Amino acid sequence: MPLTSIFQIAGSAMTAQSQRMNVSASNMANADSAVGPDGQPYQARQVVFRVAPGASQPYGEQVGGVAVAGIVRDPAPPRMVYDPGNPLANQDGYVTMPNVDVVAETVNMISASRSYQANVEVLNTAKNLMLKTLTLGQ
Amino acid sequence: MIDRISDAFRFDQQALGLREQRQEVLSSNIANADTPNYKSRDFDFKAAMQGALEGRLHLPDTHLTLTSTRHIPGKAMTPNPVELQYRQPFQPSLDGNTVDMDAERIEFADNTMRYQTGLTVLSSRLKGLLTAMQP
Repeated sequence: MPLTSIFQIAGSAMTAQSQRMNVSASNMANADSAVGPDGQPYQARQVVFRVAPGASQPYGEQVGGVAVAGIVRDPAPPRMVYDPGNPLANQDGYVTMPNVDVVAETVNMISASRSYQANVEVLNTAKNLMLKTLTLGQ
Repeated sequence: MIDRISDAFRFDQQALGLREQRQEVLSSNIANADTPNYKSRDFDFKAAMQGALEGRLHLPDTHLTLTSTRHIPGKAMTPNPVELQYRQPFQPSLDGNTVDMDAERIEFADNTMRYQTGLTVLSSRLKGLLTAMQP
């Protein structure tokens, strides 16, 4: 039944987008974490989405929700900051800082929140249509 | 008698069903606006409606009987009245995604309005029939 599967589609997109926002928040919070639990500087993470087609759909006709395919670590080189007074500095006086691009993360966050809002709107519309359909003939 | 009534509502029923299906496709496009390599889908409502009304749904599915494992399985499947097509992107993005959020939102709002129109028409036809049935 398509109208109920819209709930599933928009719901999965909202889950995926909120996970993206979560990862973005983690990246921004740790933009200056020079050392993590493993002794290495924090590495930025990115969420990768994939389509989660609904069951029993013929091949090539797949429409469906979103799923998080995985969280990958950003391979960008770390930021080197000159700070000879820092206990973590190497012999040249440079500290290895996380490779988080704060501007890109801000953009990511705004994009995720806009997509989330769009899906909330889709959900509301589908709900209203369903309620209207239920009052048919009254 | 009852089959006449259901015949009278068949058109509206088909139209609402297809609108519902299109709503699902469009919501899938909006949901996957950030999925890499997702291609925006849609279908031609007019063609789907014509296909549904011409009774493309009424042919039974046929399978050939296989008497040997080396036979090629022959199948005659009913064509779905809805043929999903790919939307031509105006501005494809670098990750291979072709969802244009503005276009999808407009189509979604348009489809919502048409669904509601269909509901209203069906509702008033039902009311008219009920009035005619009053003793």
